[in-house]
Amino acid sequence: MMLEVTGLRTGYGRIPILNGVTFAVREGEFVGVLGHNGMGKTTLLKALMGLLPATAGRVSFGGSEVTAAAPFRRARLGMGYVPQGREIFPALTVIENLRMGCVNRDAAMDGIIAPVLEEFPRLKPLLERPGSALSGGEQQILAIARCLCGNPRLVLLDEPTEGIQPSIIEEIIETLLRLRDRSGLTIILVEQNLDFIAALSQRVLVIQKGAITREIAPNDLKNSNLIGEFIGIAT
Amino acid sequence: MTTALLETRNLSKHFGGVQAVRHVDFTLAEGELRCLIGPNGAGKSTFFKMLTGQLQPSAGQVLFRGHDISRAEAHDIARLGIGIKTQVPNVFDGLTVRENIWLAASRIYPGKRANAVVDEMLVRIGLTGLAGRVVGQLAHGQRQWVELGIVMSTDPDLILLDEPAAGMTHEEVNRTAELIREINRSKALIVVEHDMQFIRMIAKQVTVFNQGRVLIEDAVENILRNPLVRDIYLGKQAAA
Amino acid sequence: MTARAWNIVGLVVVAVVGLGFLVLTPRLVELDTVLELTVYLIMAILALSLALIWGYGGILCFGQSAFFGLGAYTYAIAVFNIGESTVPLLLAIALPAAFASLLGYFVFYGRISDVYLGVITLTVTLILFNSINSTAGPEFHIGSARLGGFNGIPGIPPLNIPGNRSAVIDLEGMFYLATASLLIVYFGLRLLLVSRFGRVIVGIRENEQRAELLGYDSRAYKLATFTIGGALAGFAGCLFANWGSFVSPTIFGLSQSAQIIIWVIVGGRGTLIGPIIGCIGIQWLGTALGANQPSGSGSWANIFSNVPLVLGAILIAFVLLVPKGLVPTLADWGLRILRTRLPALPQRGADRVESERPERA
Repeated sequence: MMLEVTGLRTGYGRIPILNGVTFAVREGEFVGVLGHNGMGKTTLLKALMGLLPATAGRVSFGGSEVTAAAPFRRARLGMGYVPQGREIFPALTVIENLRMGCVNRDAAMDGIIAPVLEEFPRLKPLLERPGSALSGGEQQILAIARCLCGNPRLVLLDEPTEGIQPSIIEEIIETLLRLRDRSGLTIILVEQNLDFIAALSQRVLVIQKGAITREIAPNDLKNSNLIGEFIGIAT
Repeated sequence: MTTALLETRNLSKHFGGVQAVRHVDFTLAEGELRCLIGPNGAGKSTFFKMLTGQLQPSAGQVLFRGHDISRAEAHDIARLGIGIKTQVPNVFDGLTVRENIWLAASRIYPGKRANAVVDEMLVRIGLTGLAGRVVGQLAHGQRQWVELGIVMSTDPDLILLDEPAAGMTHEEVNRTAELIREINRSKALIVVEHDMQFIRMIAKQVTVFNQGRVLIEDAVENILRNPLVRDIYLGKQAAA
Repeated sequence: MTARAWNIVGLVVVAVVGLGFLVLTPRLVELDTVLELTVYLIMAILALSLALIWGYGGILCFGQSAFFGLGAYTYAIAVFNIGESTVPLLLAIALPAAFASLLGYFVFYGRISDVYLGVITLTVTLILFNSINSTAGPEFHIGSARLGGFNGIPGIPPLNIPGNRSAVIDLEGMFYLATASLLIVYFGLRLLLVSRFGRVIVGIRENEQRAELLGYDSRAYKLATFTIGGALAGFAGCLFANWGSFVSPTIFGLSQSAQIIIWVIVGGRGTLIGPIIGCIGIQWLGTALGANQPSGSGSWANIFSNVPLVLGAILIAFVLLVPKGLVPTLADWGLRILRTRLPALPQRGADRVESERPERA
């Protein structure tokens, strides 16, 4: 198992958001997470990355217990995180952003960055451009590329298609599928865009009120009645 | 011939060496709903910011009901009747949902009436149960709803929506489309979006931006079939 | 009990404690303690002026002591020249307010960013300090009042009952005036903050751009807030000049400006009662520490009587450990404890996060 989560609870101050999340992800799997706003999708990813402390439960990554580990430790162990809203470094250039992403610098940085740029050729002519001067779509690609520079085994993706033009969304899907086939990359993907989740996920977890309530197959996403039933219910 | 509600003439904006918006001539009639699409970085948000006064044009003019507002202050433009929901949710994060809406409503309604408007608006955006929650603690999509509520509460005649469906579930996207159609019965709207299913739900006339210019303006069916638009923006899967 | 009810309870408690304090203290305590308490209360009004503009308005002013000092000096100079204290009192409020207005106009309408406002206000105090400090010679006078330079202006005639020059205020009277003023300013500010004006300035503090996009002219609101703060500080300055019958340029000093900021940080930015408590607490501590002059050469005793050092340490401790300040942190603890016993208490936003079923309008 790449990731095992048992009874995870967390929240913001007095407000509980996750109420006992339990699921597991195998190596090389692409798992989607679906749910209403406020049900805990972003909170789940933040808790997995260690940005929010767990108030109960366990998280095990690649066999190691990481429940209390700081985010940088989880990053060094091979967890990557692409947050909602991209959060690239606006004052740094594209190449500097990518260098910041080289968390485990066993090899020289340029040796790590070059293959990543092959996956995202759109960034090649933009290397000296400051992050703030990139368009939203370019920033999203940079955020994903930067994450991959850390050579992660598991990538947590939070709403990567938000605000991105359709043609670039297609590019991202193609690139991620290629990466899965080639390097066995594992992804947990939070998304509202049903086509995107369906194209990439092998299974989809539905989160309601801070817990995983059911699992559905990507094909079910095309069926709008089923969708209405699974994620239309607020209670 | 009646004056257009909004008109831009040769509107341009550059930042240092980067030409974000170039020579845009754009017209919107009273009560019209227009969709604005185009690649990331095409200049749509910059265009919006020049309409609201957040940015000053480098050249050209913005006319609202015939008045030149190109150099006007943002708060004056807001009072004239232009409201905007920005691309990145722009709300009062440290205040509760109710306080957010109240600040908007009380700018045009006195005391008790403002409170009544707040209650109505909370129902309309579906956040009555979260009225006392601090907005900074809400999920991203919920904050979008708060901002929509804020914008609607000042009752502007022209509403600019910059990616209103971002971060929303499928069901909320439907609700938003319905809300926009409802608002459009009396107000004009310009909507920027990337979600093509959403655009299809609301659009009639679509303007396509590319590299700072207006590439093409046409009815939505024609735009979606246009090979150039597919090439620069929609991608190969531009579904039927 | 709703949050609103708790608010009212809080206000009643403050009123009762305040009035009790006003009436009882001179009866129960010796005169020199009353004297000491009076200056603490006067400084608390100064603290409230910064609490308003910074805590609620979001305007970080490093030079609130400028308006304080202007108020004190204006009173002193005016009362020497005029002889009767009513107009000097009004001038001591009006002049700092006007100065704040002018300064604020250039800063807010010039859209100068907040960081620069801090630097500019700091510079203003330095300029005032250095200018007044060098006015020691007899040629520096306004009417019959010599500015006195670093010597200051001694023997300032005290306030009298309007119209009656001989009915001057005494020490005990100063105490009553200071306490009553503090209470009036406190409740006045509470009223202001629940009014539309008060809620708008908080909104502007939270997100100025969004406020502008709703149609609020943030420049005008910030200017008004800054002016009110200047007026309050000037008023406190006038009371201060009366308390000691003396004023000197140190009132414009960096140290004074820094202290006001420390009171607000320690007490709790974003509250009114916090800065009052922070101010009185720290001043009392400073006096208590400074009073215990070590007789021997014990190094610990020396450290503790070095008041600036102790204050600096307190500031660092608070910024790192109690960043919200005393009153908000105690309130949080208090509520947490109460909540475990009384679950029916109002919880601001502490309900389970739930997304709403769409409701038709």
